[in-house]
Amino acid sequence: MKTTAGPPLLDVQGLAKTFPLHRPMLKVLLGAPRLTVHALNGVSFSVRRGETLGIVGESGCGKSTLARCLVRLIEPDGGSIRYDGADVRALTGAERRAFNRRVQLIFQDPYSSLNPRMTVRQTLSEALRVHRLCPPGEIAGRVAGLLDLVRLPQDSLDRYPHEFSGGQRQRIGIARALSVEPNCLIADELVSALDVSVQAQVINLLLELQERLELTVLFVAHDLRLVRHISHRVAVMYLGRIVELDRTERLFSAPSHPYTQALLGAAPELDPTRRRRTAAVRGELPSPVAIPPGCPFHPRCPYAFDACLRERPELHRSAGGGLAACHLVTMPQAAHAT
Amino acid sequence: MSAVLEARPAAVRLRGRISPTLAAGVLIIAASLMLAFVPGWFAPYDPLAFDYRALLQPPSLAHPFGTDNFGRDMLSRVIWAYRLDMQIALFGTLFPLLFGCLIGALVGYYGGWPDVLFGRVVDALITFPFLVLVIAIVAVLGPGLINMYIAVGVVGWVFYARLLRAEIRIQKQQDYAAAGKVMGYGDGRIILRHLLPNAITPVLVFWMTDMALVILLGSSLGYLGLGAQPPAAEWGVLIAEGKNFMTTGWWISIFPGFAIVLTGLGFSLVGDGIAELLRPQR
Amino acid sequence: MRSRAIASEAGPGIALAIRGLATTFAMSTGLVRAVDGIDLDVRAGEVLGLVGESGCGKSVTLRSLVRLVRPPGRIEGRAIWQGKDLLALPERELRDVRGKEIAMIFQEPMTALNPVLSIRQQIDENLKAHTGLGRAERTRRAIELLDLVGIPSAAERLDSYPHQFSGGMRQRVMIAIALASQPRLLLADEPTTALDVTIQDQILKLLLELRDRLGMSVILVTHDLGVVAQTCDRVAVMYAGQIMEVGPVVEVFRNPRHAYTLGLLGSMPGGGAIRQPLRSIEGAPPSLVDLPRGCPFAPRCTFVTDACRQRRPDLVQVAADHLSACVHHDQVAKAVS
Repeated sequence: MKTTAGPPLLDVQGLAKTFPLHRPMLKVLLGAPRLTVHALNGVSFSVRRGETLGIVGESGCGKSTLARCLVRLIEPDGGSIRYDGADVRALTGAERRAFNRRVQLIFQDPYSSLNPRMTVRQTLSEALRVHRLCPPGEIAGRVAGLLDLVRLPQDSLDRYPHEFSGGQRQRIGIARALSVEPNCLIADELVSALDVSVQAQVINLLLELQERLELTVLFVAHDLRLVRHISHRVAVMYLGRIVELDRTERLFSAPSHPYTQALLGAAPELDPTRRRRTAAVRGELPSPVAIPPGCPFHPRCPYAFDACLRERPELHRSAGGGLAACHLVTMPQAAHAT
Repeated sequence: MSAVLEARPAAVRLRGRISPTLAAGVLIIAASLMLAFVPGWFAPYDPLAFDYRALLQPPSLAHPFGTDNFGRDMLSRVIWAYRLDMQIALFGTLFPLLFGCLIGALVGYYGGWPDVLFGRVVDALITFPFLVLVIAIVAVLGPGLINMYIAVGVVGWVFYARLLRAEIRIQKQQDYAAAGKVMGYGDGRIILRHLLPNAITPVLVFWMTDMALVILLGSSLGYLGLGAQPPAAEWGVLIAEGKNFMTTGWWISIFPGFAIVLTGLGFSLVGDGIAELLRPQR
Repeated sequence: MRSRAIASEAGPGIALAIRGLATTFAMSTGLVRAVDGIDLDVRAGEVLGLVGESGCGKSVTLRSLVRLVRPPGRIEGRAIWQGKDLLALPERELRDVRGKEIAMIFQEPMTALNPVLSIRQQIDENLKAHTGLGRAERTRRAIELLDLVGIPSAAERLDSYPHQFSGGMRQRVMIAIALASQPRLLLADEPTTALDVTIQDQILKLLLELRDRLGMSVILVTHDLGVVAQTCDRVAVMYAGQIMEVGPVVEVFRNPRHAYTLGLLGSMPGGGAIRQPLRSIEGAPPSLVDLPRGCPFAPRCTFVTDACRQRRPDLVQVAADHLSACVHHDQVAKAVS
């Protein structure tokens, strides 16, 4: 499915979010400085209608926080989110509810994302009732249609979540999200908790649904192979920022940012004849409480030079054509390996 | 390509998990309720009728529980006492349950300064032994059942609130609660329709235990003369009436005591049974 | 006789010979066959991958080898190590083997490490139990171990506690403790599953380096085929408590000879065109209480015939050093090419 030209459906600029860490009383009295988790430090990107954007990163990169900010489950501290031209952060009341119907979030954990005391029928029909999306007489029909859409048998309706396997529960979660007829789906680690063979089933379903319903999808995951398989473009996050954003094939075959290179190198390849002897990158993942100054990746970067310690690089167009936040992109003459 | 999906074999449904514990408990409570509603059907004599020809009779065929120093039949008095004591169990717990759950759900869900305030209130109230506090309040207000209900209401709600608050906070962390928000549901619906059914089980179990405790409380106050007043038939009052006859008429105090134990046991069993029945399945 | 292709006794170069290992749990719902009679050889100095999805019995297999399974679990079969059957050894002798000759590392370092003991104390415990080293020597050895696993400033960090380390570091500490008495066999139960990709990479490379340096054998349990491809010499694929296929990694990945292995490899993205449906396996793994009579994969298999359902297929040799328990392994071979 081709992505449409024209203005982006979702446009995010400079999104920021910090969480204060709870300090015990003693520390407060001793005057210890307040610690904050800098989850998002200026995230900017846009998504076109019908596109699948993959968002990858390791722990502490902020991808889950980003996903929750986009649906306003968490309120960001700064920056803007524009959906279909409208400022999402300013929406209230009926308009906000309307927004909730346009953008939906599917959760990672199939075991806690469904209310254990509600039947599938109740879970799927609730939104239809609350938002009065159809006359009461049509609800049963709509719900049956939703089950068909996610390929679950009709006798699932009066069962409880515990009677289903993980993969089936994810399907129910997808059906629930689809019940409000969204334009945009954000999948936060949709299949990470599922077995490999089941992952494939759910991914196939997602691809099919995207075609049929013309959905825009943000696929947040840590599994690079999966992200490569379903995304048109990929954004790589590190410590609260996007460090590279490019078309999928270009990013995977010729990554510009050293972290992307490290990530791709570290991800275990399925080809046993191609093995690396040494680790792709040294050092630990810094904590989002204490983000290194300058470029956050500089302590682990094999190409770091003095500008990297002082100045935080912004996203710039690289030689290959994608966006990368690396001084090497703007100052290629400084490149040298340690 | 349609997937061949079978739901796992349906776990045993709700109805199939009624355990012997629950059955026994329900039986006892059902019997107690029956005695409470229609004591006249079961009591052989008028509980207030004196019989000067049968004073202090030990248990016999005519009087299975014996008679007291006024010749009143103990069996009838114990049966009639069910009415008052079951009332005590209900009214002594209803307000704490409802008010406690209201406060607990709200502070558990919203947090913030009301939660901090609530924490301080809890700290203050649980410093004192429950019985002592209730007695103090009744002493101020004057003896009588109504005042006892007031005292228990003022103090007892805290336990329910604390319990529900903890459960609500746990359920709030679950993804299905977040999913509800993303679906655009209001707070009220999320609390009542989603969080509460998943959080309520420990509260219901506690309620059952609390009923047993409140009966004990009522009986204790009755014994002390601060609760139900004689000649009302209430187990604590009955025990008090028999305390001067422990050697000559042991049956006057003992049988009401059995009734307390049995009813308390019934509530406990029901509580355990409910916990088993409503245990969340994975 | 379960597998005609595996000799009943261990040959030369075999560090551990597992024969007829079966671990069952008597539950209220029935008898759960977590491990359903497996035969496996672990060769000296190799990294053997044990791969499968959740519930296939790979972790239980590992724990059964060192008898870490509690009742209602029952272990049957033999595991021949250095001429002794681990599953029949008296407890006292087994304790000499555990921790000294055979060591194990786990998935969650925070629960495998004792949070109230310092690193020094935990390494010391192992050294005291299995070596005769004095205090000063033990300290020297502990620092040596921490260096070996790549913990910077080892001497200073010796007295730290587990919670003061990050996830990757804790895993290194766990490896250090496991290696304290120079074991000949390391059992690794999903050691990197809970770690980030770049850290996982570091830990796996570390394991390989240690294997080279210390000459030990490793059984690596994982669900990630990528990890197997990058780290293991040979691989055994498990399903429903049974071994489906065993062989050198390159061989099994290039020429899978079991329908399940084929399905597993096919359902991983990375091969074909992007945004096309993946070749998924229908259905779900079977309940371990109610295993079907024949091949456990039959209900989900696209090559299935009646022969598959009659009796459980034996592990037979299908190529050099390559075994498969699939009746239609030749058809699978055709499907690959």
